[in-house]
Amino acid sequence: MTLEAGMCANGHVSYPTHPLCPECGEPQEETFDLADRTAEVVTWTHSTATPPGVREPNTLAIVEFDITDVSDASDEFVRALGQVTTDEVETGDTVEPVYVEELRDPDAGIKVPESQDWDGYRWDPV
Amino acid sequence: MGVAVIGASMTKFGQRDAWIRELLSQAGEECLTDAGVAPDDVEHLYVSNMASGEFEGQTGIMNLLAHDLGVLPAYSERVDQTSSSGGAGIYEAWQSVASGASEMTLLVGGEKMTHKTTGQATDIIASITHPDEYKHGVTLPSFAGMTARHYLERFDAPRESLARVAVKNHRNGVDNPKAQFQTEITMEKALESPIIADPLRLYDFCPITDGSAALMFTTEERAKEITDEYALVSGIGGATDTHVVHERDDPTVMGGVVESSKEAYEMAGLSPEDLDVAELHDMFTILEFLQLEGIGVAEQGTAWEMAMDGATAKDGELPINTSGGLKSKGHPLGASGVAQGVEIYEQLVGEAGPRQVEADTALACNVGGFGNCVITTIMEAAE
Repeated sequence: MTLEAGMCANGHVSYPTHPLCPECGEPQEETFDLADRTAEVVTWTHSTATPPGVREPNTLAIVEFDITDVSDASDEFVRALGQVTTDEVETGDTVEPVYVEELRDPDAGIKVPESQDWDGYRWDPV
Repeated sequence: MGVAVIGASMTKFGQRDAWIRELLSQAGEECLTDAGVAPDDVEHLYVSNMASGEFEGQTGIMNLLAHDLGVLPAYSERVDQTSSSGGAGIYEAWQSVASGASEMTLLVGGEKMTHKTTGQATDIIASITHPDEYKHGVTLPSFAGMTARHYLERFDAPRESLARVAVKNHRNGVDNPKAQFQTEITMEKALESPIIADPLRLYDFCPITDGSAALMFTTEERAKEITDEYALVSGIGGATDTHVVHERDDPTVMGGVVESSKEAYEMAGLSPEDLDVAELHDMFTILEFLQLEGIGVAEQGTAWEMAMDGATAKDGELPINTSGGLKSKGHPLGASGVAQGVEIYEQLVGEAGPRQVEADTALACNVGGFGNCVITTIMEAAE
């Protein structure tokens, strides 16, 4: 499992990946892993009215990974959304991704369990 | 070809015993009567609906409604664009007449939701999100919470400004007999209600609703023959933003609102200063600010000041959501964009009763997902 970002020939980066770059329409031919990097919390919420199979409260955050060291990248950062490991989080906190096998109960929601992955990364404040 | 709206209707919004079939036929039949149009005259029928299959197990509802209303053999089509299905229906109906494909088009939007639990309904709505968002248990309210926090922190806006949107729209809803809630709320009640996705609380969110709304479209020439009171669709635009919400360049800019409204203004030859009244998609209070900024009425980061100053109240410089908005009128997904159209039509032809304001030019902005798909419609009163 990786936290895979996609990059096109023009250096535009996105998470998640897309077949064609959302910025310029060129194929995203390269990928790189964000899982071993740290990120900064841009914004967050405690979601208390959660759907079936989702923990309550569900603390979520949008975080920003600094990618200025990635050669060929023309973007300076890339954002990602994820659950937070704790309910104690603030804007500006530094977090690192930690792997979780099952982020919600695949059998409880409306989506067909086999149609998608249910594992992924939570943000753990450093 | 000029496109006119000559009739409108909506059912009572709220918790209804009726299922989707009855809700749609009730609004459709009332719209035929209001427009003075015989079922035989309808050439195209559009049904705006997001999820009758997921909510009720009933699909094929355009065929169901066409048969129930006796408009056979009219062309019929279901329009799904999630929460903006209603606005997308207006776009389809406008296109059908503007292109010459139809001279008389009926649009009916509706959704039946309240028989599901809040959790089930939230999950059906959240199923529109990208798999990499959905697996984290994200909901539309949690996007609103994250966006509101970012907006308040970045622009130093007071939390009270969001509560003022809720209080205003509940006040407006008191005068709308079709609204789900015809009750005023206080600032204290809004600010002390339970947290749903902090910093947002219960009264920052629209309810789950059953209901239906309808509009009748025809050519300007035909409208003149039928009635003295009609409105013209003078501008319309639709646009799509990223599916993954965090991929947007600026979390406080709704690109679909910016692009669709730009298109609508250009078609109408108008600018934000020309608007007399508007219906905005206040599924969450924060969205009223983002849309006021997106349609060019306020500069980025300043729309909260309009709420604090009363500029968007019914007696303010630009009344917003005279219908009560989604906030108090309710939000039956596929019906909401059509109901926005019903409100601006009634304002333009002088049929808004106690909600009436002086208006020759009106705008409706219908948002799907969290700004993922947007339709902006401008209507003007016939001269």
